[in-house]
Amino acid sequence: MSRYEQVMARKAEITRKAMGLDYSAFEQEGIGFDYEAMMDRAGYSLEEVIRIQGETGVGNTPLLEMRNLTALARSTAAAGKGARIFVKDEAANPSGSFKARRAALSVYQAKKQGYRTVMAATSGNYGAAVASQAAMRGLDCIIVQECYDSQHKGQPEIIEKARKCEAYGAEVVQLTVGPELFFVFLELLEETGAFNASLYTPFGIAGVESLGYELVQQVRERCGRDPDAVVATNAGGGNVTGTARGMIKAGAGSCAVVGASVDLSGLHMASDSDFNRKSFTTGHTGFGVPFATWPDRSDVPRSAGRPLRYMDRYLLVSQGEVFWATEALARLEGLERGPAGNTSLAAAFGLAREMDQDQVIVVQETEYTGAGKHIGPQLSFARRNGIDIRFGNPREEVPGTSIILPSEPGGVQPRDLDMNRLRASLIRKATQGRTVESLSESEIQFLVDETKSDEAFVRQTLAA
Amino acid sequence: MKAKQGDWVRIHTTVLSAADRSGRLPEDTRKAPVELWVKGRLQADSSVGERVEVETATGRRVAGELIDTAPVWGHGFGDFVPELEEIGRQLKQAMQALDAHGGKP
Repeated sequence: MSRYEQVMARKAEITRKAMGLDYSAFEQEGIGFDYEAMMDRAGYSLEEVIRIQGETGVGNTPLLEMRNLTALARSTAAAGKGARIFVKDEAANPSGSFKARRAALSVYQAKKQGYRTVMAATSGNYGAAVASQAAMRGLDCIIVQECYDSQHKGQPEIIEKARKCEAYGAEVVQLTVGPELFFVFLELLEETGAFNASLYTPFGIAGVESLGYELVQQVRERCGRDPDAVVATNAGGGNVTGTARGMIKAGAGSCAVVGASVDLSGLHMASDSDFNRKSFTTGHTGFGVPFATWPDRSDVPRSAGRPLRYMDRYLLVSQGEVFWATEALARLEGLERGPAGNTSLAAAFGLAREMDQDQVIVVQETEYTGAGKHIGPQLSFARRNGIDIRFGNPREEVPGTSIILPSEPGGVQPRDLDMNRLRASLIRKATQGRTVESLSESEIQFLVDETKSDEAFVRQTLAA
Repeated sequence: MKAKQGDWVRIHTTVLSAADRSGRLPEDTRKAPVELWVKGRLQADSSVGERVEVETATGRRVAGELIDTAPVWGHGFGDFVPELEEIGRQLKQAMQALDAHGGKP
C-alpha cells in the first residue's frame, strides 16, 4: 500500500480521535440515521449557542434595508411587484463573515474537550473564522487550503484568506489543486492530535441557527411581520441548514427557504487547468449540487448540513450577475462587500421582482472584502487568464470562458434548479440501487425527511 | 540569497509525486504532483534553494526547499476594470430616471 492509501485506510480512526464524537450512536437500520437526535444530543441548544457566541463577540449583526436596490428592482418589475430587500450584514462578525458563528462553536467544543490545536481544511472564510476564534480562546490553529495550480499561480481570493488566517496567528498550509488535500489534512491531524473543526459537525451547524433566529426577530421588529423569503448562498449546505433551523425555532417555518449558487457547470472542481478559470471559489454549483444530493461526502460520517431537508427553491446565478450585484451594492447602498457572499444578493434582486411590494426578502449574509478578495482583482485575474468579460445576456455566460455582466438591471435573471431532480438524485444515491420493496417504512420515512417530500414522491422515484 | 537561523521564511515541498496521487483525478491534475508551501522560523543558516527545516507558527518542524525569506503578500486590487465604471454610470442613470436615489429625506 502507498503512503496515500495507508493514511486513507485509517480515515475513520483519525477522524474519530480528532472529534471525540461517536456518530454510530445515531445510526438506524439500513440507510437511515436519527438526524434530530444527533442535532439535539451532539449540538447545542439555541440559548447555549447565543451565549457561547456572545463570549467572542459573534452574532447580533445589523439587518440593513436595501432601499435603492429595492427601488431599482421595482423599476424592472410588473406593477405592484418588488419585495423589500434586506441584508443581514454578517461581515460585522469578528472574522468578517457568518462563518464566525460556526467556528465559535467548533473552537468552544475543542477547548471544552481539552484539545490544544484546531485544524480546518478550507480555502474560504471558515479558515479565518477558526483562526480568529482560536486566537480568542488561546488555541493553536492550522488551516489547510487548496491555493495554487501546477504553475504555482494562486487564486487571489484564496491568497487573501491565507493572509487573514496568518493575521490571527494561524499556520497556513497551502497546496496545489486536488482532493489529496484531505490526505494531507488527515496526516496533520495524526501528527498534531488536533481537533478537526469540520464545517459539518452538529455544533458547527447549530452555530448558524442563531443567524436564522436573529433575522426573523429583526424583521418582526422592523416590518411587523415575518420574512416571506430568506435567500442563503449554498455550497456545503450548512448555511442553508442552520439558517432554516433557526428560522423554525423562531416560529417562522412557513417562510420560503431559498438556496442560491453561482452556476459553474462545465468546470471540474479537481481540474488543475479549470482551477484558475473560475472567479468563485465557493458558493457555486461545484459544491452546492453534489453536497445537497449527497451530504455525507464531507469529512464527517454524517454531515449536519442537509440542505434538501429545508430548501424550497434553489436559484442559480451567473458569475457576471454576482459581480454586477457587488458593484450595485457599493454604488447604491454604500456597502463594499463580497463578492462571493453576494451570490444570494444577486438571486434576491431577481426574486424580489416575482414578489409583492409588501413582502419581505432577506439576504442572510454579507462577507468582508479586501485585497485579492474583491471584484476588481477577481475580474482582472479572470481577464489575465483569458476569460472574455463583456456586457450582454448573463444566460449566455460559459463558466471558464466568459463572464457576462448584465447590460441593464432587468438582465439579472436567476434560474430555478429543478428541486425534484435534486431530491431524486439524493434518493438514488442514498439507496444505491435498492428496490422500493426492500426498504422498510422507517427507511422510506428517512428519505421523505431528507428531501422535504412525501412518501408518494419517494416511491415514485425508486420505481422509475 | 542567504538566510540566517531564526529568519521567517517560506519553504516548498512535494507531498505526493504524480505517480503516487489518488486514482480518481481529471487528466490534467493527474500529471502534476501535490505540492505544499508553509512558513516558519529557519532552524539553521542556509541559502535559497537549499533543503532546510523550519518551525511553524504552531511549533511543528517541517523540512523543505527554502524558496523565500521575509515573505510578503503581493495580492492587491488588480488592474483598472472599465466595466465597473460602466456599471456605475448605468446605475446612476437608472436611479436618476427613477428619481428615487436616496429615498425620502
